[in-house]
Amino acid sequence: MEAPGDDGEAAARSPELTTAEVSDAALVARCRAGDDDAWRELVERFSRYVYAIAVQGFRLRQQDAEDVFQDVFARVYERLGSLRDDDAVRPWIAQLTRRVCIDRLRSGSRESEADLDDLPELPAEDALTALEEAFDVHEAMAELPQNCQQILDRFFARDESYRTIGDTLGLPAGTIASRISRCLDKLRDNFEGRNVPPAASGGQVT
Amino acid sequence: MSNYDHEQLSRLIGMLPPAPEAWVQAAQELPAARRGLDELVARAEADAAFRAEVLADLERALQTEGVEPQPRVVEELRRLLADQ
Repeated sequence: MEAPGDDGEAAARSPELTTAEVSDAALVARCRAGDDDAWRELVERFSRYVYAIAVQGFRLRQQDAEDVFQDVFARVYERLGSLRDDDAVRPWIAQLTRRVCIDRLRSGSRESEADLDDLPELPAEDALTALEEAFDVHEAMAELPQNCQQILDRFFARDESYRTIGDTLGLPAGTIASRISRCLDKLRDNFEGRNVPPAASGGQVT
Repeated sequence: MSNYDHEQLSRLIGMLPPAPEAWVQAAQELPAARRGLDELVARAEADAAFRAEVLADLERALQTEGVEPQPRVVEELRRLLADQ
């Protein structure tokens, strides 16, 4: 039996979902102070974004994408101290990821003795802008009740079935569709209420 | 801001699937791995016998230090020792 308005209570917390409790700037400051837990949270917060830029934006093969992923976070770790504006960590990471992806494509071209001017197809700016918008939506999602976060993430980002979601969250599978619809309504209200401007490009890759 | 319908929102949610768990974990363990590497390299600098021991089995040296000997980390240790 589905209780009205109970989208937030029942689910066990998924470690993969981020919360909006700590601002990017606060997280960066804690990382810089050597807080390993903050670093873990920072990686968690931006892992999907970096992954999506590499795989969807630049269409890198899985092995190349993994190298890029690790390289990006290694550089972030090493250079966090040079970030001028802690609030700009997201565009900074995005810019860094793009640069590492381009380096990887160039290096691949050299290895295959292709013409350096003939780089593999670079992503359209629209594709990268859409990923920024997707990140905004995920941030808005992180402010929803846990059960809504879980249901929306599992269904749309992890492609899980109603049955799997129901079994995992202890909810009747027959109620998942209506819960999804309600959670999307909440997300829309939340997202449009945020009135998030396009991601700033103030971060500087050093 | 324009109105978002369910279809647009669901498409945007789906654009950011989770990265492979092992990748995320490796990145999260970076600070500990770096500390382990620094410790090994410092000891190897001060002790030639220890350096030879580490070079003989990089993976075991990392494990002893509590660092997961992922290929990337092993390669980094090899590079750091070669730079000495």
